[in-house]
Amino acid sequence: MSMSTGLDSGISLTRRTLLKGAGALAGLALYLRMSPSLGAEEVRKYGADAMPGGTVDNPLVFVNIDPAGLVTITIHRPEMGQGIRTSLAMVIADELGAKWEHVRVTQAPGDEARYGNQNTDGSRSMRHFFAPMRRVGAAARMMLEAAAAAHWGVPVAEVAAGEHEVVHSNTGRRLSYGELATAAMKQPVPERARLRLKDPSEFRYIGKSNVPLIDGPDMVSGRAQYSIDVRMDGMVYAVIARPPVLGATLAKYDDSAALKVPGVLRVVALEGKPLPPRYNALGGVAVIASNTWAAMKGREALVLEWNDGDNASYDSASYRKILEAQARKPGKVVRNDGDALAVLAKSKKRIEAEYYMPHIAHATMEPPCATARFADGKCEVWAGVQSPQEARDIIAENLGIDNSRVSVNVPLLGGGFGRRSKCDFAVEAALLAKIMEGRPVKVVWTREDDLRHDYYHTVSLQHLEAALDEQGKPIAWLHRSAAPTIVSTFVANATNQSPFEVGMGAVNVPFQIPNLRVETAEVPAHTRIGWFRSVSNIPHGVATQCFVDELAAAAGRDPKDYLLELIGPPRRIDPRALSDGWNYDEAPDVYVVDTGRLRHVIELAAREARWGRELPRGRGQGIAAMYSFLTYVAAVVEVSVENGVLTIPRIDVALDCGVLVNPDRIRAQVEGSCVMAVSLATLGEITFERGRAVQGNFHEYQISRIHEAPREIYVHLVPSRFDVPLGGVGEPAVPPIAPALLNAIYAATGKRIRQLPLRDQLAT
Amino acid sequence: MSYTITVNGASLVLDVPGDMPLLWALRDIGGLTGTKFGCGMGLCGACTVHIDGEATRACVTPVAAVVGKQVTTIEGIGSDKVGKAVQQAWLELGVPQCGYCQPGQIMSATALLRRNPKPNDRQIDEAMSGNLCRCGTYTRIRAAIKRAADTAGSPT
Ligand code: FES
Ligand code: FES
Repeated sequence: MSMSTGLDSGISLTRRTLLKGAGALAGLALYLRMSPSLGAEEVRKYGADAMPGGTVDNPLVFVNIDPAGLVTITIHRPEMGQGIRTSLAMVIADELGAKWEHVRVTQAPGDEARYGNQNTDGSRSMRHFFAPMRRVGAAARMMLEAAAAAHWGVPVAEVAAGEHEVVHSNTGRRLSYGELATAAMKQPVPERARLRLKDPSEFRYIGKSNVPLIDGPDMVSGRAQYSIDVRMDGMVYAVIARPPVLGATLAKYDDSAALKVPGVLRVVALEGKPLPPRYNALGGVAVIASNTWAAMKGREALVLEWNDGDNASYDSASYRKILEAQARKPGKVVRNDGDALAVLAKSKKRIEAEYYMPHIAHATMEPPCATARFADGKCEVWAGVQSPQEARDIIAENLGIDNSRVSVNVPLLGGGFGRRSKCDFAVEAALLAKIMEGRPVKVVWTREDDLRHDYYHTVSLQHLEAALDEQGKPIAWLHRSAAPTIVSTFVANATNQSPFEVGMGAVNVPFQIPNLRVETAEVPAHTRIGWFRSVSNIPHGVATQCFVDELAAAAGRDPKDYLLELIGPPRRIDPRALSDGWNYDEAPDVYVVDTGRLRHVIELAAREARWGRELPRGRGQGIAAMYSFLTYVAAVVEVSVENGVLTIPRIDVALDCGVLVNPDRIRAQVEGSCVMAVSLATLGEITFERGRAVQGNFHEYQISRIHEAPREIYVHLVPSRFDVPLGGVGEPAVPPIAPALLNAIYAATGKRIRQLPLRDQLAT
Repeated sequence: MSYTITVNGASLVLDVPGDMPLLWALRDIGGLTGTKFGCGMGLCGACTVHIDGEATRACVTPVAAVVGKQVTTIEGIGSDKVGKAVQQAWLELGVPQCGYCQPGQIMSATALLRRNPKPNDRQIDEAMSGNLCRCGTYTRIRAAIKRAADTAGSPT
């Protein structure tokens, strides 16, 4: 194994080192596996094949039919609001020919050897599992047909599955799925090459919005079970006082007052691990009690003293100056077409702008929470994690036991957004369960814990320069991106954004500009940096899409026309030609950048929003478009600014993700993306002082409320096409919203907002 | 100290300190986990219950304060005509994403419709602005409240 990954940070690591002892790093390895120099004998894998566990399409793993005809489908991807339990079930049920009212789902525990990859992140679930789940359904249907044919003693060609039954065409005899179930399960699983998949015209659920949310009735009645709802006999509750600064260690503590709080059972110190933080528990002092409230009161009564360590110097105001200084000088070149620096140097019309975006927190409505029980050398865990197999491996590593002795059950996630890709909270529960051997321990994070110990969305400063020709067209483009890298969470002292980060909207801008240069700046991380829904596409999208709007204004052009002109005519671009060797880990010849599709969503959103129509004073429209997570999205945001107060009457989003599997849930994801993006553009900010996150609860870290959210959101979906590969859905609608909003504010007020969040920058 | 409170029409005996928030008493002692924890400071609405019909944040309401009052939680709201219409509208319009905030949203929406059967947008904003949804289901929440207003008819 001589495979080495040339990280942008200049560190060279072998894949072995990355993965050593740690599924801990599987997630990172995914991100790092961009353009590794492969040994001659190794062929780079892409897509689902590149994921740990790959895909599994054995119907016996995913489908069970009982003699009463009840179809139970196992969903191996965690549900965090994207509706995957409904959508994957739809795919299987459609190919299977099952009646929806006879379909139930059950959630798989973490077990990638059995189910295939379960890392629910990167907008991958449908992208990677649409085809395998269709095969699962088709294979099960064919097994039912084979069982019926055998029962009647007729050739299988004479029978066909209908709705929850198999019919013999010559005689009209029928057998229900329930009657066939036992015999069907014993039929050989048909080989992949023999599978007869439905023609899309025959789909009954796929592409329709005729299936209700499978968890809907439980969710509206309080029966839905999230991690925080787990209850077990003898269970105790834990709340942890964690080091306030990343890397701080406990100097001393006094628990005498805490132990006097009624209900408090025990106080234990948990040792943290050395940095980098990875998915390790942060350590601290845990208060274990007979109920959550007592544990919280007990924690309040602790007297704690910390050795803060080096990161206590982290201060957001001074860090911004570091970002600015670094972004204003040459950095590491990650794309270089032509000679942008030379053209800029002698340009007559040079435009320059900088965009700042602070840390933001995921703030899932359900704070992190997990329950674990350790007994007989085994650990059972209930935790809403996005990657249950990784959680299992990391917990096993932390407990020093084999991963076969750890099981991870996955209740519903009360929001994910990338926060629950990191299983530190489940590790805490497992460590405490071992200490409390035999008793289940539920670890509950308060909101303050959540906001102060997140894996934060990176803080960033983007420096852009362009040279315009006589017609106002850019002939040179320089983008310097300064942001602490996610890699720093896994590799100590990593300093530059890595290929997967710049591959999210920095290098892969599909603009026809002859001289185009992108650089990353060397900046350190002082807190846990993690991926937040849409990741680097958010700051890069703000930078590139707002800058285009600024160039259009400088050229005196309509922003939409200007954007389309910059993108140029429809063409299919190999991402490597844009210096993007990562490409969301998908094959560059399959997933190309199709500027025709990008143009189409821009035109669609503009038309539907009636772009350019007369608006009253104080109103304005802004436009932006991003290709991210292999999906094309354009947004037109309409704003109204009255007496310095912003409202958003309307957003139009056009989206092309190839195949629309569950259109209603795609719309829901787009609507949610709009609200989340408005939130981060207008309100969200985590700042650090003395190494500590300042904001502790929703009065300090604000997220949009109903009256601040866009009033109307119109989602325009490009109809399904099966000649292009599936794109993602959960993330790609976020990135264009903030820049379109800022561009709309400019259109309405003439004011350029280059610093997020907006907060009171419009105050008159 | 022992407190007897009435939840969804049944008595619940709680042997807890009187300052324990109703939220934790319901969840940890009463086993009624439909009422959610989101902030503990009255800022997010995830813990909304009805106390004598009023939408109230259970995370900042001590157990001692609800003795002798009627507490209704998400588990019981379906037996109310308006509550049932709200739940139904939520399902018809596919409001929930992760669903975690939705018990609180439904409790706030039901309280609103019980006192104002035909709320306008501004009244919806006022009644619902205390309920956060990180998944961003607000446009559907608004539409579902209007749908429920149409189906619920006059309040009981
Ligand atoms: S938990 Fe009560 S308002 Fe947030
Ligand atoms: S549905 Fe997830 S927080 Fe509202």
